[in-house]
Amino acid sequence: MKPLLDGLRRLGQYPSALVGLAIIFALVGTAVFTVVTIPYGQALELWRGGEPWRMHPVNARPVWVDRIAGNNSPRTMVVSSADAVIEQEPFVGGSRVRIPLDFDFGYADFPSELNLFLTSTHVEREPFVRLTWETPDSREFILGGRRLAREERVSISQDWELERRLGRVPHVGLFAGPAEDGPPQVLEGRYRLMLDVILFEEDARIDADLVVYGRVHGLAGTDHQRRDLMVALLWGIPVALAFGLLAAVGTTVTTLVIAAAGVWYGGWVDAVIQRLTEVNIILPMLPILVMVGTLYSTSIWVMLGVVIALGIFSAGIKMYRAMLLPIRESPYIEAAKAYGAGNARIILRYMIPRILPVLIPTFVTLIPSFVFLEASLALLGLGDPVLPTWGKVMNDAQTQSALYHGFYYWVLSPAALLMLTGLGFAMLGFALDRVFNPRLRTM
Amino acid sequence: MAGEPLLRVEDLKLHYRSGRGVVRALDGVSFDLRRNEALVVLGESGCGKSTLAKALMRLLPRNVQHFSGRMLVDGVETMGHSEERFRREVRWVRISLVMQAAMNALNPVVRVGEQVAEPLRVHRGWSNRRALDRAAEVFGLVGVSADFLQRYPFELSGGMRQRVVLAMALVTEPDLVIMDEPTSALDVLTQASIMNALKRIKQELGTSFILITHDVSTSSELAERVALMYAGQLVELADAKDFFREPAHPYSKLLMASVPRLHQEETPVHIPGQPPNLLDPPEGCRFADRCPSRFDRCDRDPETFRIGERRTVRCWLYAQGART
Amino acid sequence: MNASAREVRSSVPGPVLSARDLHTWFELRQWGFLRVGSVRAVDGVNFDLQTGEAVAFVGESGCGKSSLARTLLGLHQPTRGEVIFEGRSLGTLDGAERKAYLARVGYVQQDPYGALPPFMDVRRILHEPLIVHGVRNRAERDQRAREALEEVRLSPPEDFLSKFPHMLSGGQQQRVVIARALILRPAMIIADEPVSMLDASVRVEILQLLRRIQIDHGLTLAFITHDLSTVRHFAERIFVMYAGRIVEQAEVNELLNHPQHPYTQALLAAISDPDPDNARQQREVPPGEPPSLLKPPAGCRFHPRCNRMIAGTCDREYPPDLEPRQGHGTACWLYR
Repeated sequence: MKPLLDGLRRLGQYPSALVGLAIIFALVGTAVFTVVTIPYGQALELWRGGEPWRMHPVNARPVWVDRIAGNNSPRTMVVSSADAVIEQEPFVGGSRVRIPLDFDFGYADFPSELNLFLTSTHVEREPFVRLTWETPDSREFILGGRRLAREERVSISQDWELERRLGRVPHVGLFAGPAEDGPPQVLEGRYRLMLDVILFEEDARIDADLVVYGRVHGLAGTDHQRRDLMVALLWGIPVALAFGLLAAVGTTVTTLVIAAAGVWYGGWVDAVIQRLTEVNIILPMLPILVMVGTLYSTSIWVMLGVVIALGIFSAGIKMYRAMLLPIRESPYIEAAKAYGAGNARIILRYMIPRILPVLIPTFVTLIPSFVFLEASLALLGLGDPVLPTWGKVMNDAQTQSALYHGFYYWVLSPAALLMLTGLGFAMLGFALDRVFNPRLRTM
Repeated sequence: MAGEPLLRVEDLKLHYRSGRGVVRALDGVSFDLRRNEALVVLGESGCGKSTLAKALMRLLPRNVQHFSGRMLVDGVETMGHSEERFRREVRWVRISLVMQAAMNALNPVVRVGEQVAEPLRVHRGWSNRRALDRAAEVFGLVGVSADFLQRYPFELSGGMRQRVVLAMALVTEPDLVIMDEPTSALDVLTQASIMNALKRIKQELGTSFILITHDVSTSSELAERVALMYAGQLVELADAKDFFREPAHPYSKLLMASVPRLHQEETPVHIPGQPPNLLDPPEGCRFADRCPSRFDRCDRDPETFRIGERRTVRCWLYAQGART
Repeated sequence: MNASAREVRSSVPGPVLSARDLHTWFELRQWGFLRVGSVRAVDGVNFDLQTGEAVAFVGESGCGKSSLARTLLGLHQPTRGEVIFEGRSLGTLDGAERKAYLARVGYVQQDPYGALPPFMDVRRILHEPLIVHGVRNRAERDQRAREALEEVRLSPPEDFLSKFPHMLSGGQQQRVVIARALILRPAMIIADEPVSMLDASVRVEILQLLRRIQIDHGLTLAFITHDLSTVRHFAERIFVMYAGRIVEQAEVNELLNHPQHPYTQALLAAISDPDPDNARQQREVPPGEPPSLLKPPAGCRFHPRCNRMIAGTCDREYPPDLEPRQGHGTACWLYR
């Protein structure tokens, strides 16, 4: 494999190869990091949505988008009773607890939502809580009282009664200054949500988390299900790379072996392979995949299998055949026959290694095309139902009319990652092509 | 014969860049050639003899690093000619070339007659009819039946294709035809018969030839003068009778002794070692490493010594014996 | 070596290799199935090679000499006739015996660079035949690779084992090819134009090497060439082939000094020794070109070009094998 190594050494002369390699290494490194920090099971769990994301805002933009736009949109704040100075007055058969949840709000925009999560450890008798909102300018709003189940979610934003009283949605009204006319202005300063709790059991305890949902979140933002898109963007890397690599390896290796066998045996073997290829070339791949996805399974492994199966008898066979035909006649093959090498040995050890260097560039540029194919399938709604992938993100974005609502980040970040992947492999592939196909090289 | 020689080449140098450095393919080659004279350029593969053919035709590779020297055709310096002027006045007009393996480079989809007539249409603007008539004439000269004008290259045997290529070089009636390994891919009988044709053409038309080959035996069929090249340089230039009977340069001697002869009892010798790398030729005499007569002066680059009326040797052994 | 190899070796004394009425024809088909004719590359060849003898098959390109070599190596199936190696016809060998036969016959090709897989180093190239023939022990393979390299004068072997073909000169490449042909310790070597692609200065060296190995090991050497001028020094007997048949055979000096067949005579007359007088005379060359093997002429294949053709005989029937001089056979009606 010396010519191969020599070729790889020459790669250093091509800056595009180095850039491509840097991109690929970065992607692979991130992929490894992702898989280690968010294990597969956890990733699926997260991507299923729901409970883990209750403290995340809906459709929040990435922070950097906000920064570029020069805004100072609120981030999500969680004010926990664990940090609060709690006053407790026990009485026979219970206690009275005052929990002040204090926080400073210094953003230019209103929060996107306001929720209070309460956990109580009572056994039988439900505690009672009364909520009071205090603004920095000492106005007070009674948010009402209620009995508490063990897990209670108080959606302040969806308190219709309060909304009617404020004349605005609560998460705006509660943060607005006193001015009555004109658009509401944020009043910056220290807010307090006071919880007056009466516990009817001596051992009972209560914990509270006030979540002031922001309008920006993290580097990737969140989607309509509050999920952090970063999970999908990160997990999309190993999925895309694995799919692309496996599909490229699978199709290239099998195609190569089949083409070589056809060339070597010739006769009817070759004829059958050629006819199969010709039939397969005119079969449209995407509709078949859509059918498989609709009627059978959209599991990524099934799709991978179908992609490889359809990719085996592809136009590649014709190309490899053209390259292998002269090799079959080459003297070193004749010599191998003359010392008794068998058919399998000649195909695998003598014919295929000869064209391997020429194939490497093709192979490298093939990887992103399979990555794109996987993303296209997901975009068409045929993505793996459980795996977080770039295609899935774009599919969600499409169904939620992300662009119409101005959530550009939702489409652009997975698209950018796809392009980056394509760019990395393409830059490396083109440089490899120069190295291994000297005809393309200029003096 | 007095007056200017047909071709005089002085200190011709052609260096080109490769992936690993500068290849000094021609490193100061000088010779002259009279009218109706046949010069054979001998040498091992990689000694620069094919580069010499291309340099004389100024068919330079794109990666030329250095091209210098003098080249006089009938006493007219042509190195200063522009590409256009060289093409109009010299190439294919005064000098034509039969490239190595040219018989396999014929256009497979054009009839051979038209391919032979092509230079006439290009260089002289002749009509199709007139050019084809002339092509038929030249076919006769090289021993191809005029019926073959209408054939395609694949319908001809190797020997016939080689004759066609030769006809292509002769069709413009050049003064000089350069042939690079014209017969080495051919069989003995075909070779002999093409050599016969060349001898006849030389006699009848007075054409001069430069025959570039590694095949000493076959070259003797045409040679009046012999130039032996080694590692980009000319090591001996002599009349054929002197070179074949009494080679002077140690390399010439070894080369002549290595030629197998049909009627010779003793086994031919072989030349030990390998020619030097033209990327980085050694200091001093380039043959020194393989030379049986090496002595201390060989560490310095030998001068070219004149040892006969038209005979030069690039070897220190002849330093004192510069007799004329 | 396995059992069948020993079986092939222990055979009756006599010629090591014989061809009997050997024909190798290649069918020409149109549209993949319509038979339109046959190229008669080898068309009725008979000979015996004795153990330890070096012979040369000489002829022009297209005379069938390379097809003959490949038929002897089992790379082509003979259309008719048989090849007999150490008393057994190749056609009767089973798979394992055939493989054992291939180990007994080494093959040296014309183009040394093409004959070596460019992606293998010399060690691997030399190991390959051993692996194919079941030498599992790596150290033993290495040992034999070293011995083979020493044998072809590529020493020290360490300098060459890890080189790739493109790093070697033409002569060195051909030595590796010879080492590969020797590594299975064959009884016979078939060399198809082993030096025609090499520089003139290396040719003699390689031929001498082959000759020395042949003598040292008592090998039989069948040496296929178009170059009569080198044959004298490297072979004992010559077979001259023309259009698929052997037209003349004799001991080297006998044949060179007393050629009988008009074709051999023409061939010898066309060969030049480096002599300045050559340039002053036209050589006598028979007219025309060798016939198409698709439709060889009736009778003697050479008769259309022969200046001594006997009308009514030479153009009717192929001449029988005659022996005009002691040990000197030729197929020509002139000696009936």
